[in-house]
Amino acid sequence: MVLAVLVIARTRNLFSVIVLTGVYSFLMATVLVALDAVDVAMTEAAVGAGVSTVLLLGALHLCKAEEAKPAHRPWIPLALSMATALLLIYGSLGLPEFSDPDAPIHQHVTPRYLKNEIEVPNVVTAVLASFRSYDTLGETTVVFTAGAGIIALLRRRKTPKNERDKHAE
Amino acid sequence: MQSDLVLRVIGKILIPFILLFAVYVQFHGDFGPGGGFQAGVIFATGIIFYALIFGLHKARTVIPDNVVEAMLAGGVLLYAGFGIAGFLLGGNYLDYFVLSKDPIHGQHRGIFWVELGVAITVCGVMLKIYYMFASRGNSEEQH
Repeated sequence: MVLAVLVIARTRNLFSVIVLTGVYSFLMATVLVALDAVDVAMTEAAVGAGVSTVLLLGALHLCKAEEAKPAHRPWIPLALSMATALLLIYGSLGLPEFSDPDAPIHQHVTPRYLKNEIEVPNVVTAVLASFRSYDTLGETTVVFTAGAGIIALLRRRKTPKNERDKHAE
Repeated sequence: MQSDLVLRVIGKILIPFILLFAVYVQFHGDFGPGGGFQAGVIFATGIIFYALIFGLHKARTVIPDNVVEAMLAGGVLLYAGFGIAGFLLGGNYLDYFVLSKDPIHGQHRGIFWVELGVAITVCGVMLKIYYMFASRGNSEEQH
């Protein structure tokens, strides 16, 4: 994964960048399977590696395949992201041990979720669709808004062109 | 890509299974990994795969634009409407316990319909975005 990211940062050909992000997503999906988060892994493989690669290729079809040379040296952004990364790593040192049953997050509502009082074997589905139904409704609305926004942005440009063609005739 | 024999044959073999797998992920979400979001994306991937191999216009005859747009809004409406159903049957908004005489069964019924709403919206949005990008590319090529 580190190799994929480094090559993505170095290469100027956008086609290979898109293919490499797909590879990165697949690697990420395997990491998530190893962490026992099969639901997230499925989403990552289908969205990250599948749909978004196709969509980016579709977008690439509309523009040039070579990235332009940056206008200035990337030292300040590099330093900034390095500082943020160091801060995050420093913060993660204070987290409880991985899969520690006494961690605060496992003490609050998780025991109730895991008691499975609605008898749905997949706890993820139970939490998403039942216990946190409002959240999921909000998420669905966000997805809907994204689609509606795409329609609003891309369709408006189509109409004037058609009208112009009509006038030309 | 439309003249590539290998792709066409493999696509014809694989697409039914992709769609079937999406349906499996949808209806088996209670018991195994998966659920509405994953099922919607996998279903959309199957259709996009079809569009890539056989051409966008063929995919548009399979699932026309107005159907996709109806899916976009219909999923959210199904979800929100199910919340109101709980409301009308004497519970809170999005309360599934009142949907059936047996509360557990009501929960399962609620989760089923809500997940279906999520799947429909996600599938519709993915297809719509793909259709939009792909059709823009084609129209610019012609000009």
